[in-house]
Order: sequence, then C-alpha cells, then structure tokens
Amino acid sequence: MDKLSGADMLIRALQDEGVEYVFGYPGGAVLHIYDALFNQEKIKHILVRHEQGATHMADGYARATGRTGVVLVTSGPGATNAITGIATAYMDSIPMVVVSGQVQSHLIGTDSFQETDMIGVSRPVVKHSFLVKEASDIPEIIKKAFFIAGSGRPGPVVVDIPKDKTNPDDLFEYKYPKSVSLRSYNPSQKGHSGQIQKAVELLLGAEKPMIYSGGGVILGESANALTLLTRELGFPITNTLMGLGGFPGTDRQFLGMLGMHGTYEANNAMHHCDVLLAVGARFDDRITNTPSMFCPNAKIIHIDVDPASISKTIRADIPIVGDVGAILKEMTDVIRTKKSKKLNETLISEWWNQIDLWRKKDCLKIKRSSKEDQIIKPQDGVTAVYEVTRGEAFVTSDVGQHQMFAALYYPFDEPRRWINSGGLGTMGFGLPAAMGAQLAFPKSTVVCITGEGSIQMNIQELSTCSQYQLPIKIINLNNQSLGMVKQWQDMQYEGRHSHSYMDSLPDFVALAESYGHRGFKIQSRSDLKPVLEEVFSMKDKLVFVDIMVDPKEHVYPMLVAPNGSMRDMWLEKGVRT
Amino acid sequence: MRRIVSVLLENESGALSRLIGLFAQRGYNIETLTVAPTEDPTLSRLTLTTLAGDDEIEQITKQVNKLVEVVKLVDLSEGDHVERELMLIKVKTNSDQREEVKRIADIFRGQIVDVLHDAYTIQLTGTSEKIDAFIKALPQDSIAEVARSGVLGLSRGEKALSV
Ligand SMILES: Cc1ncc(C[n+]2csc(CCOP(=O)(O)OP(=O)(O)O)c2C)c(N)n1
Ligand SMILES: [Mg+2]
Repeated sequence: MDKLSGADMLIRALQDEGVEYVFGYPGGAVLHIYDALFNQEKIKHILVRHEQGATHMADGYARATGRTGVVLVTSGPGATNAITGIATAYMDSIPMVVVSGQVQSHLIGTDSFQETDMIGVSRPVVKHSFLVKEASDIPEIIKKAFFIAGSGRPGPVVVDIPKDKTNPDDLFEYKYPKSVSLRSYNPSQKGHSGQIQKAVELLLGAEKPMIYSGGGVILGESANALTLLTRELGFPITNTLMGLGGFPGTDRQFLGMLGMHGTYEANNAMHHCDVLLAVGARFDDRITNTPSMFCPNAKIIHIDVDPASISKTIRADIPIVGDVGAILKEMTDVIRTKKSKKLNETLISEWWNQIDLWRKKDCLKIKRSSKEDQIIKPQDGVTAVYEVTRGEAFVTSDVGQHQMFAALYYPFDEPRRWINSGGLGTMGFGLPAAMGAQLAFPKSTVVCITGEGSIQMNIQELSTCSQYQLPIKIINLNNQSLGMVKQWQDMQYEGRHSHSYMDSLPDFVALAESYGHRGFKIQSRSDLKPVLEEVFSMKDKLVFVDIMVDPKEHVYPMLVAPNGSMRDMWLEKGVRT
Repeated sequence: MRRIVSVLLENESGALSRLIGLFAQRGYNIETLTVAPTEDPTLSRLTLTTLAGDDEIEQITKQVNKLVEVVKLVDLSEGDHVERELMLIKVKTNSDQREEVKRIADIFRGQIVDVLHDAYTIQLTGTSEKIDAFIKALPQDSIAEVARSGVLGLSRGEKALSV
C-alpha cells in the first residue's frame, strides 16, 4: 500500500473519484495541496480570477454534465469569496464539492491570520460539511462528500481541511473506499406503488389535466421518462425556469414556461386545470403567485425525491416520494396496462381547444411600432441567437430581463442545455457557468446571454478564458440599465429610476480585445443576423457581442402581484387580464 | 400546539449547531432543548419542545430528518408518552417562611438538596406544568435562582427510538 501525505491523499482521492477539473485559487492554507497538484497530470486545475468564479464554473460544469463540480479555495477570504457560488448551487440543488483550506488546527479559534469559520459561515447554504480532524480520514471524507453531493436531492458539500492535515511530512496508508454507507443518510427511495396507482386513476379521470415539471426532472435524468409519459397521456405540459428542456420546447404539447414571467397559455392552463401532476418542482413563490389562489379547482399529485418539498407551500393530494425517473416510468407502465379505462377523450379535446384559444393570444409576439424598425428589441437578440445556433447550443444566462427573454425565446429540446441561477438569482453567474460547460463540452457551442450589469460582476474571468482558450460566445443584451430593476420601478414606483441606470459603461469590444478575444457591437436590427452568423462561425475564438437593445422594453407576461392568482397577468405596458 | 420532538443524532461536533441553525434559518421556535450522549456513545439524544401547528410540525420533522447527521426522529406528542423536566431552584427563606417552603416542597415531592441558614435548594421533577405550579406556589419574591433542564420524553409501550 502507498504511503501518502494528507495533501497527496486528497488529490489521489479526487483522481479515484474520476474528477477531470478542479476550479481553484491558491493561498497559504492550501499550499501543500497545490504542491500535490503540481506533481500529477490526471486532474486539470483551472486557475480562476476570483473564487466566486470558481464555484460558478464548477456549477456550470455540473449542470451541463450531471457530474459533481469541484472547487479548491484557501482559508479566510478565499472561502468567503466562494460563498455566493455555494449558495447558488444550494438553491438549485447542484452537486458540488468545495475543498477549503483552514488554518492549522492549533490556531483554530484564535483569530489567526486568514481564519474564518468556514463550516459555520457556509452552514445554511450547504447540504453537508466536514471538518477534517485526522489526516487519515481524508479518503473516506472525500468519498462521503461526493456520495452526499450527488445522491438524493443533490447539493454542495464543503470539506474544510486545516493546513497541518496536509503536511507533506506526515504519511499515511492510502486506500480509497469502494463504497460508503451512512446510517443516518439513505437517499434512495422507491415510489410507493399504491400511491402511483391512485395517481394514475386520478390522471385517467381528468377533464382538464396539466403537467408541471421542474429542475428535479433535469437533476434526476428523467426528461425521457417525462416525455414518454406526457406523450402517452397527450396532456399539456409546462416547465419551470429550472425545468426547461425537461420536455421538448418545440413540441405541440408544450405550453411554454410558467410562473412570474410564464406564458399566457401556461399560466391560464395552470389556473384552470382540474388535475395537476407536479414533477420535480417545488411550488415556489415565483410560480404560485398568491398560494391561497393557486389552482383553485385542482387535485394535486406531487412527485419529488425530497419529502420536505412536498406540501411545503401547497398541499399535495397524492404525494409520491422517490426517484422521479423510476416513478414516471412505473406510471407509464401502469397506464399502458390499464387500456380498459380510457381517457375522457372528448372533454380533453375541449380542454385543448380552450388552450389553443389562449395560445392565439400570441403573448410572446414582439411588439414594435413602425418607427422602431431598426431598433433591436432584446427578444430579437435571443431569437437571432436561436436561429443561428439552430437551437442546439448550451445557453447560460445571468439574472435580469435578458434571463427571462432567453428562457422565453430560446426553446430547449434537450435537458442540461439551459443553465441559469433560478433559485438564488445570482448576477455574475453566466460567464463562469458557461466556462464550466465549455470545458465539459469543448466542441459544442456555448453561449452566455447576459446584460451589461451582470457581466460586470465576474468580467475578470475573461482573463481565465484567454488562458484556457474557451471559445464562448457572450451575447450582451445591453440596455444600459439594470433592466429588471427598472421594470419594477416603472410598474410599482411610478417610474422613479433610483440607481438603475448603468453609467460609465466600458467599451466592451475594446475590453474583450484587450484580453485577446474578439468583440463586435451591433446597433441596428438588419445587422443582427449577418453579424451573429459571422460570430458563430468563429469556432475557436471567444467573441463578445455587445448588442445595443431598446432600454425601454419590459418582460411580459408578468403575474399581477400582490393578491393575484396565476391567471392574473400584465400582458403589455398598462394592459392586464 | 406544543410538540415534543426527540432526535437521535450522530454524536459529532457540528451536528448540534446544524440542527439549531436549521431552526433559526427557517424561523421555527425552540422552547426547550436538552441533549446528551446515549448508552451508545456514538449517538446523542436530543429532545426539544416547540410551538407549531400541524403543517409546521410536518415541515420541521421533514427538514430535521433531512440533516445528514440525524439518524431518527419522533414527534412524541403524536402519541402516548411520558415527559419529565428537572428543576433546581434556590429559595430564600426568612425564618417565618422556612416551614412553609418545606411544606410546599413536600406536597410537590421536591427534595431539599442544599440547606443554608437563609435558603434552600430544592430539586423537583415532573411535567413542565407541575414545575410551573410549584414556582407559583412559592412565596412571592422568595426565588433566588432557577435552573430547568428542559423537557425529556419517551413514548409509552414498546415503541422505542433506537437504531
Ligand atoms: C448579485 C445580485 N445583485 C443584485 C441583484 C438584483 N437584480 C436582479 S436583476 C438586476 C438587474 C440586472 O441588470 P442586467 O444584468 O443589465 O440585466 P437586464 O435586466 O438589464 O437585462 C438586479 C440588480 C441580483 N439578482 N444579483
Ligand atoms: Mg441591462
């Protein structure tokens, strides 16, 4: 058996876990670990420019691949800089292992240089965390960390390692455990067959059924199972912001996204349905609008791997806890064997007629006055990107209006193509997340749809992109304002634009070029398609496309709040249902 | 409604702060809390009381169960159970109250565990209501100091919270 130091054991354990990339930044407490990294070639280390970037890169890598992202940071400021990214991953249930250095054991608790209680600071935003007490525990702790991060409802796990536990002079016998079991943690559950039977009965008796699916379908690798079930039933379906790609976005059965900025047809179908099948979704406040007015006539079936998500905000009539994919498959099998009991075909086709009427409203039609012919609406930007990439790109986004436009105007036919911070809404997520996705899929087109506000929150990573030659395409929908903030100020504060104007913007083209990238600025609508064609033909270059868009545009539809239900929507400026 | 929740959790540093942190983070209240290792030193048993409606206690138990270090959990108030609390109380006694305090302690089956010329320290066990009642029964202004353990409980019958 090999004798290794704590630092070498950590790196060996990561290798044995099959880790390809570690996103990190060095510092005093992790110097032994960096030395161990230096002596090997299996794991590639990506040197970021800010630890927040490292966490979002690991996160983007995890969202694109389904595998656990890995971060390495030093103690104190390195650790605290990682917190926003850990919280982002936590809110969206993304598997991530964050290794943080800690001051030497004997200094803990003495306010020593670069000491932060990382276990304490991260506690509310991790699935679990470990403080290494004995160096010899490192292999087992790493095994447990990956197991916990990736199983059940996934999430970030912090492993805090005091510097003395990685000392190169203290050697231990290394053995990586083949498996782990924790008596207090048993994430795999099979859905209850009796509940599944009941759910199928309810679905088959439905007159106005609706399927609503969320990020759990993506995380649970069950887009296929969901698509099969939805096709078998012939029911309408909507996805949450986190669930886009869980069902093909260009399919006729798909009504678009639901919720705060959901489509007219999806939100109306939710409100009026009589049976709701919720899959891997958590009824959060951006979906339900006023909970007491939510789906007033519906019986609700709720499938989720996390029992705590069920009946948290909205009570489920038929809860089913367990692995979403297996449950969907069992439901499909049960339905197929139940041919005797037919669906209410006529009533359901009436329901579809109603849905088609809602669809006729064409709520996403871009409204443009004759004077605005050459003005680029942000929606035009997204639509053009969709056309030029034929809908096949990985698309990350930041947070704001551009995020909603991307979600609404770029339909995704596959899971894991749409990558955004839905739960925490972290500006600055888009570029580093795109980098993680691009590293995972070097040959694929990766687009970051962003705004001039958000991109400046992690713009330093343009430097990392040069170092590792990541040919991301950055689409900056530049409205010279914190558009989403401004929209709320327009709608709720009589247009008082308190600090939502972005002054002193850099010349983004020159900025990108100073890092060795290419930059383009687009100012008129007729240039949009041809320039984007050129941009996306530059396969091995990062290109920053600064698109000057209409600063006055709002995102619609938008749920009326407070005291609105899901059918209460603003459809354009001053026009509501 | 007042609930008594008993939790078996890994006897590891950090486990307790995670559980307490969860209550703070999600806005659940804790009325009383007691924790100590069990006969199996790798496990701690924690008992807490909280005020919660049906929906809230459902969320609390689910969220606590989700913590990786929580091995088992039971809401004792759901079924038949015994509960006890221990109190140590120091009571000032001037000469004309001395007999009176001792008599009240006897009625409540309290034990005097420390005697000073002008004070008693009394140990009392029972339900929280009994302890409250005892405190009320003592002469006004006689209480110098109170230490209560918080509630402990076990379910009645054969059910047991164990691994
Ligand atoms: C880190 C962070 N700070 C503040 C916010 C609040 N916020 C949400 S959207 C938004 C404006 C974003 O502006 P921009 O990136 O230009 O996007 P736009 O809405 O203009 O498309 C702000 C400030 C946030 N989501 N994240
Ligand atoms: Mg903007």
